Amino acid sequence: MIGGRKALKVALVGNPNTGKSSLFNALTGLNQKVSNYPGITVEKKTGYSKLNQRAIAEMIDLPGTYSLHPSSIDEEVVLRTLTEPDNADRPDAIIAVADATNLKRNLYLFTQVLDLGLPTILVLNMVDQVHRKGIEIDVEKLEEAFGVKVVLVNARKGEGIDVLKKSVLELSYELRPPVFDVRSFAPNYAENARKILDLEGDYAAWLIATQVSELSYLDKTVRDEVEQLTLRSNVDTKKLRIKETIQRYKIVNDLLKEAVTVNPNLDRSWTGRLDYIITHKVYGVAILLGLLFLIFQAIFSWAELPMNLIDTVFSELSIYTRKAMEPGALTDLIADGIIPGVAGVVIFLPQIFILFTFITLMEETGYMARVVFLMDKLMKRFGLSGKSVVPLISGTACAIPAIMATRNIESWKERLITIFVTPFTTCSARLPVYTVLIGLVIPSKSYLGINLQGIVLMFMYLIGFATALGSAWLMSKLLPTRSTSHFIVEMPAYRVPLYKNVLITIWNKGKSFVTNAGKIIIAISIILWVLASNGPNDHFTEAEKYVTAQVDTNSISEEDLVGKIESYRLEHSYVGYLGQAIEPAIRPLGYDWKVGIALISSFAAREVFVGTMATIYSVGSDDEKTVMEHMDQEINPRTGKRFFTFPVGMSLLMFYAFAMQCMSTFAIVRKETNSWRWPIFQAVFMTAFAYVISLLTYQILS
Amino acid sequence: MRFKRAADLRVGERGVIREFDLDKLPVKLLEMGCLPGAELEVKHVAPFDGPIYFRMEDYHLAMRRELAEMILLEGSVEDVA
Repeated sequence: MIGGRKALKVALVGNPNTGKSSLFNALTGLNQKVSNYPGITVEKKTGYSKLNQRAIAEMIDLPGTYSLHPSSIDEEVVLRTLTEPDNADRPDAIIAVADATNLKRNLYLFTQVLDLGLPTILVLNMVDQVHRKGIEIDVEKLEEAFGVKVVLVNARKGEGIDVLKKSVLELSYELRPPVFDVRSFAPNYAENARKILDLEGDYAAWLIATQVSELSYLDKTVRDEVEQLTLRSNVDTKKLRIKETIQRYKIVNDLLKEAVTVNPNLDRSWTGRLDYIITHKVYGVAILLGLLFLIFQAIFSWAELPMNLIDTVFSELSIYTRKAMEPGALTDLIADGIIPGVAGVVIFLPQIFILFTFITLMEETGYMARVVFLMDKLMKRFGLSGKSVVPLISGTACAIPAIMATRNIESWKERLITIFVTPFTTCSARLPVYTVLIGLVIPSKSYLGINLQGIVLMFMYLIGFATALGSAWLMSKLLPTRSTSHFIVEMPAYRVPLYKNVLITIWNKGKSFVTNAGKIIIAISIILWVLASNGPNDHFTEAEKYVTAQVDTNSISEEDLVGKIESYRLEHSYVGYLGQAIEPAIRPLGYDWKVGIALISSFAAREVFVGTMATIYSVGSDDEKTVMEHMDQEINPRTGKRFFTFPVGMSLLMFYAFAMQCMSTFAIVRKETNSWRWPIFQAVFMTAFAYVISLLTYQILS
Repeated sequence: MRFKRAADLRVGERGVIREFDLDKLPVKLLEMGCLPGAELEVKHVAPFDGPIYFRMEDYHLAMRRELAEMILLEGSVEDVA
């Protein structure tokens, strides 16, 4: 960076499974930021790389793509970033990443990128595999043919990174003839399109113009103008794209014949042999089911210890705060509002970390592609894509990243259905609710070493999946088909996962959960606490007076009197009045106004249920008992028995399984579908469904 | 008699993609390297008659049967009515 000048912007472009992310991690380390592209929810990874003692480059890791003819929003981002002259992320230079063991298809994209006319470096990654597979690459021949610097890298081990950084610093741009000359195919066409589209290069204009009807981001007037030009010029865009593809492959093929020698006898790939088992009709499915079961068990049991620890630490902190500070409103706010609110966020991290460790491992090893392969036919029956498995599995952690993960599903219909049904899968926010309720109404017994509570939890997961699939099937019948989807997936070679990539991913996931969902949870916790600690009239402020007037103070103990005052006060707080207002509607489900309060607050986010219960039962009390104990002791005033009976517990479980109780999900669906219709329809459908099922559950069981 | 298609191959069988009317093919297939002259081999078939797992030259691709129906191969098969 020379005084005053901005850091060099470098974009990483390449096929999926080329180790592009490993290279990005090797270049930037933890010095990276994950955000979204404006207006769309495609993950944007940027970071800074120290090139030498003085120079820093801004790196942007563009989504993996096979070509500059996008078939998903992710791939559109690549095209836009590289072609728009006024794009905020427009790079000064490109690092094109190619898998050295699969040069043909990788170089196809590279030749497209090269023709955009930006200074480019070609990185051949995974060179260690090259030697193992007996492939020899003539680097000088490649450099000569394309007129670019070619750098050999093993990103996983950090080999070649210094050479790459040095090459970025020494990068110069030389004018070179395009690999594919668009002018020879349709004279003047690209040039005219370039003027309409206001772009810099002929190839950029050609790319946009020949696929103008498929790009979602262009505005209508420009699109019409280009379409008219295409008609006037008598250009058959599909034919030309096919011609372009074939010609590029031919050029690459001819070059590789000279520059690469393969000794196939040395090929001893694990992938082929492993896939005889992993993609097997019986063993493969069994392995997948086993893995899913392992994930459930891990989330439930491995996370328990750290979660208990977090719970204890925050309870102690609350007690300590109360002791250390002057009694008053501020102390109350911190000890009873803020600290439990923060605890309610942090408590999720162990589960999120465990789940994303599994998901990242599945992606890193290449197993996820096999899951898609195995599940495609089954998923298709329900109107979903094999790619929907990834969001549905991710949905068991949180619907928000899961819905974001639907963006690589190419068919609009399959994508919409996946977005619609993903919130039915059991997300981690439901887990604390399930844990408390299952703990309350299901006995903790073991049969043949399997915990009964664990079985019920698994049952809840299965119900979630079944409902998701059922509603997907229903939607696929109702929705019109807008476009045909071409399902084609690369099966990458298996690789040993890189612990650094796993750590960076789970760190980013945890961070985004805390900063996005965390804010809402803390805010709602505090608002609730305020609503529960204040009331609209003197029944709240002078509860003591009203209670002592009602009961004979001599006949009950001091302790019972305090309890009665607290309960009276809560009943007359803002929250109490809200809960009472909806009680008539929820009484048929077996709930009272206290549960009503929890339901209201849960519409912000499900996990708030537990926090609300904690607030409801500990307001005005110094006693820091666990929520479950409090709920267990709750007496139904009408029956005089335990309130949380088996039917009530099961009815509540069902409500939480189906209702759309997550503001963040609502917001992300609004963003992803770019309409208010779908999130509103989703919220109404899910909540109505939940009401009916809970009603039936309670009425049948009691 | 009709042209042999990639979807006709059984596990372990190989074929070579035929030179044919490319206009009918999705460009995506060509871009993934399914070009005339390329050799492919069926490695696996997913459960419930699901996607077909091909080795295409030196990498692996899975695609739905409908797509594999579109890829014509050298040679022909007897049409079984």
